[in-house]
Amino acid sequence: MLPIIKHEGIVIPLDRSNVDTDAIIPKQFLKSIKKSGFGPNLFDEWRYLDQGEPGKESVVRIINPEFVLNKPQYKNGTILLARENFGCGSSREHAPWALLDFGIRIILAPSFADIFYGNCFKNGILPIPINKNLTDTFFEKAESEEGLRLNIDLENQKIVDGSDGYSFDIDTFKKYCLLEGLDEIDLTLKHKADIKNFENNYHSQFPWLTK
Amino acid sequence: MASTLYEKIFKRHVVREDNNTFLIYIDRHLIHEVTSPQAFEGLRNANRPIWRTNSILAVPDHNVPTTDRNQGILDPVSKIQVDTLDSNCNQYKLTQFKMNDRRQGIVHVIGPEQGSTLPGMTIVCGDSHTSTHGAFGSLAMGIGTSEVEHVLATQCLIVRKFKTMQINVEGLAGDNISAKDIALHIIGQIGTAGGNGYAIEFSGTAIKDLSMEGRMTLCNMAIEAGSRAGLVGVDSKTVDYLKGRPFSPNGDLWNKAVDDWRDLVSDRGANFDKVINIDASIIEPQVTWGTSPEMVCGINEAIPNPEQQLKESNKKGYERALEYMGLEQGTNITDIYLDKIFIGSCTNSRIEDLRVAANIVKKRKVAKNIKQALVVPGSGLVKMQAEKEGLDKIFIEAGFEWREPGCSMCLAMNADRLEKQERCASTSNRNFEGRQGQGGRTHLVSPQMAAAAAIHGRFVDVREIE
Repeated sequence: MLPIIKHEGIVIPLDRSNVDTDAIIPKQFLKSIKKSGFGPNLFDEWRYLDQGEPGKESVVRIINPEFVLNKPQYKNGTILLARENFGCGSSREHAPWALLDFGIRIILAPSFADIFYGNCFKNGILPIPINKNLTDTFFEKAESEEGLRLNIDLENQKIVDGSDGYSFDIDTFKKYCLLEGLDEIDLTLKHKADIKNFENNYHSQFPWLTK
Repeated sequence: MASTLYEKIFKRHVVREDNNTFLIYIDRHLIHEVTSPQAFEGLRNANRPIWRTNSILAVPDHNVPTTDRNQGILDPVSKIQVDTLDSNCNQYKLTQFKMNDRRQGIVHVIGPEQGSTLPGMTIVCGDSHTSTHGAFGSLAMGIGTSEVEHVLATQCLIVRKFKTMQINVEGLAGDNISAKDIALHIIGQIGTAGGNGYAIEFSGTAIKDLSMEGRMTLCNMAIEAGSRAGLVGVDSKTVDYLKGRPFSPNGDLWNKAVDDWRDLVSDRGANFDKVINIDASIIEPQVTWGTSPEMVCGINEAIPNPEQQLKESNKKGYERALEYMGLEQGTNITDIYLDKIFIGSCTNSRIEDLRVAANIVKKRKVAKNIKQALVVPGSGLVKMQAEKEGLDKIFIEAGFEWREPGCSMCLAMNADRLEKQERCASTSNRNFEGRQGQGGRTHLVSPQMAAAAAIHGRFVDVREIE
């Protein structure tokens, strides 16, 4: 997994609440058996005016010029800004895969749906819950002519906007994994003996759960 | 100390704890073709074995055709995904109900049907509607593909504890008010983010009154309120449902298990982080009008005015939703005409759902303006049972199509879908933009309400049908 320590990037303002994972990556693209290649179909139904199908090249697609990702000033953005409950709906990890493939490394929103929030960390994306006022401030700046560039410092848990700094909360374990780019399976398998012990005791206590 | 059901189950499964991060043991791992291929590939790339193969039950459901299966899967991309599940299950010798097995069906229908879902279990699946299985007093939650791989390799999951919420539904629900109406009503009250971070336990007399099918519908929709896990305490209905099912324990083990399960309820006086009280007697048949399950109202109401929303972001969201849905504020729900009807999905495709819907359409005809009305049973066994009861004939005579089991038009990964601007009364769980097909317009309802809408071509109050 790609670690994140510090990240600097342009903020893309997606002014919607309850952005669901069906919107992030529509179902027809879930048929892939790979983890990569979803970027061109990120927000497919909003980004294009024609219907997207797997295998249809993005060069032949009809771009929706109104959609924020298609505006030239946000083309190289890597920080996504959105409203409440971002990532609700299905558990599809294709959603963070699509965001990452497009180049998004940080998501700022007042709140996130639980499964999506967890999925981001497994893929080197840092979702940061920020308060409502800060969300409004960032939207105003990101939508202005100058746009908004932010520095994210994970180690010190700070969002830096020029001379202003805002701290954020993050689970210690998730932070550690993201900073180091760690594989959680490796970490868990260090406790193999504990799991074996637990399993033996557990199955002797609840023998009907062994099949 | 008095504990909640969630705390009791959680405690049983803690392998180790480190600074409030827990490693918990997983009893049952359900697998389908969409969210598992990358997990198996990861396992192979790292040359790791599967920890406990008999914890796994696999089934293809999202991509399978619901029409004649003799020709196999025509969409080559869908076919690759289902074939990949087959080859992964073959390689690791996993129990799988293949597409043409009569036990095949939607993963959240077949788990309980097989007795593979048992009280007290931790159950995971790479699918958000895994919350369904919490109806049996188990801790069941949807996970992402990385976590699928983690469970395959370690039989464990790294989690933090959820907060606990009790939703207490008291009183008597009216005639033809189903678990779906209760679920949609709750989501209308607490919002789609209301349950974020919580495990929700549903309790109260109205929940006790629900059948196991109804409780599954309710827990299924917990994720639409933002909660990864919904739970209902064990009672005699739970036990009766599970007796004699293929994966259920039998003989002496059954008695031991039942003794243990009796304790799988929240203790009197257990403390929840949040308690919400709902009066079942005031719940009307619910219909969603927007693009989020929280955009819902009673059948006899009109679409609300976005201007009257207190939150600015709600105003915008409401306006956008109405534009997408092609509706205007102030329109009566009963004036909304439909193009398609979908009865199915992991929310409402069990035998009881089909019975109540059949009861409404019996000796009636689907309205002329309805282009297509589908009934997609949740599993091959549900389909067989329905056919034994003659429900298939009732549906077909009324003008419905009687299909093979699968997820079908709930998310349109197979050929069943809405075309642009088609409007559908659907018994599924999500009315998101494009969910049932790009540009499609979904209204979520109960099976009885979908059946009534099919007959009248528009939404009607099912309680007024003679």
